[in-house]
Amino acid sequence: MSSTTNPSIVGSALVKRGLADMLRGGVIMDVVNPDQAKIAEDAGAVAVMALERVPSDIRRDGGVARMSDPEMIQEIQKSVTIPVMAKARIGHFAEAQILQALDVDYIDESEVLTPADEEHHIDKWAFTVPFVCGATNLGEALRRIGEGACLIRSKGEAGTGNVVEAVRHLRTINAQMRRLASADEAELFALAKDLQSPLALVQEVAATGKLPVPLFCAGGISTPADASLVMQLGAEAVFVGSGIFKSEDPVRMARAIVEATTHYEDPGVVAKVSTGLGKAMVGAETSTLEVRLAERGW
Amino acid sequence: MPRVGVLALQGDVREHVATLEKLGVTVVTVRTPSDLEGLDGLVMPGGESTTIAHLLVTSGLRAVLQTKLDEGFKVFGTCAGLIMLSRDILDGRRDQWSFNKLDVAVRRNGYGRQIASFESSVEVRDVGVVPGVFIRAPKIESYEKNVEVLATFDHGDGEHAVLVRQGNVWGCSFHPELTSDLRVHQLFTDSL
Repeated sequence: MSSTTNPSIVGSALVKRGLADMLRGGVIMDVVNPDQAKIAEDAGAVAVMALERVPSDIRRDGGVARMSDPEMIQEIQKSVTIPVMAKARIGHFAEAQILQALDVDYIDESEVLTPADEEHHIDKWAFTVPFVCGATNLGEALRRIGEGACLIRSKGEAGTGNVVEAVRHLRTINAQMRRLASADEAELFALAKDLQSPLALVQEVAATGKLPVPLFCAGGISTPADASLVMQLGAEAVFVGSGIFKSEDPVRMARAIVEATTHYEDPGVVAKVSTGLGKAMVGAETSTLEVRLAERGW
Repeated sequence: MPRVGVLALQGDVREHVATLEKLGVTVVTVRTPSDLEGLDGLVMPGGESTTIAHLLVTSGLRAVLQTKLDEGFKVFGTCAGLIMLSRDILDGRRDQWSFNKLDVAVRRNGYGRQIASFESSVEVRDVGVVPGVFIRAPKIESYEKNVEVLATFDHGDGEHAVLVRQGNVWGCSFHPELTSDLRVHQLFTDSL
């Protein structure tokens, strides 16, 4: 038995998408300090998203929302053994460079922060660290993948505790993928134009019936039932932002959402973990919102 | 035809299912103790070992699986699965438990965080060169004499075992299920 001398390749699409594959079936939780990160890890989170304010507080406080303080991200990295993600503003490649230098495991180019560029997203191929991006429809998802995103999350409407937009976006992406899968070769050219997406990616979705990268769900998930709902609608994992630490009993809520995400097809388990949970976060009717975060990015 | 389970609590379950199906075995996903009935072997996928450990307890699978493993049930773990089967876990949570079936010491994220995740080829004994995908991979730092080493890899800091077997239990640092190469899984299914 001799060892190989072949060189190692870092930052390949396989390696970047691979981490997203490892997160499937899990819950990624927003945390604002090491104590919350530990609660998340104890509850069985597959990763944490380190940020200064959860989306519902960003919504309440207003102002420009930016990348978190590196010190706070490093404190969270030290406090847990699971992957740590962090958010950069849309188009703010310098924030992304900083996050890569900090050795975060995934960067979320996120509409929850105030966009830095109204025309261009980050060229994500230029990075070794993988990126997740939000999408409200298939065209947006494929544009982000074309720019190098290795994981797509349906956007939903962050910080509302209302799952309605998450459901809308997941259903839209799935319906548009089914449309591609049933199209003939000649139709794909016009469909790629309609979707404003790279033709090669449109052809790939048409052939496989799914995105070339995993599809997770975010924005408004605040109960175990919400997690089960979006998993049954085709999400492969869930991001929970304000839903855990804005609930009455975050420890129990975190554990319950983790179990409901794994056993999403078993209503008996979801019922059991939903029992006696205390109050979920106070939700918001999306029609009354002043700022719709999902409209950021294009 | 052997019936092989894939532990489906969290992680890259789909890729293991697809790889095993290509090898012609009957595949069952396992989320509860009753799912283990009638299986000839089980694959523990990649994922987050802390999450999988937590869900093994809440699902009631931990105790049942420990008994079966002690009775000789055949199990193959990749990445997080390797961690769950190892005797000593370095850099884990203080309360991290395992099934303690492989006499190895494994360091969580021993090959580094995600930026250091890599692909390279790995030579497996009696099989040949297979593609190796290492993602926040656990590193086998040491092992006892009774552990059979089927592949090693030098990531610039000396040879480390990356595919091992001890009796009925197999463990792998990398992810053969993320590639189209079936041969590592076939080593396991051929043993059933």
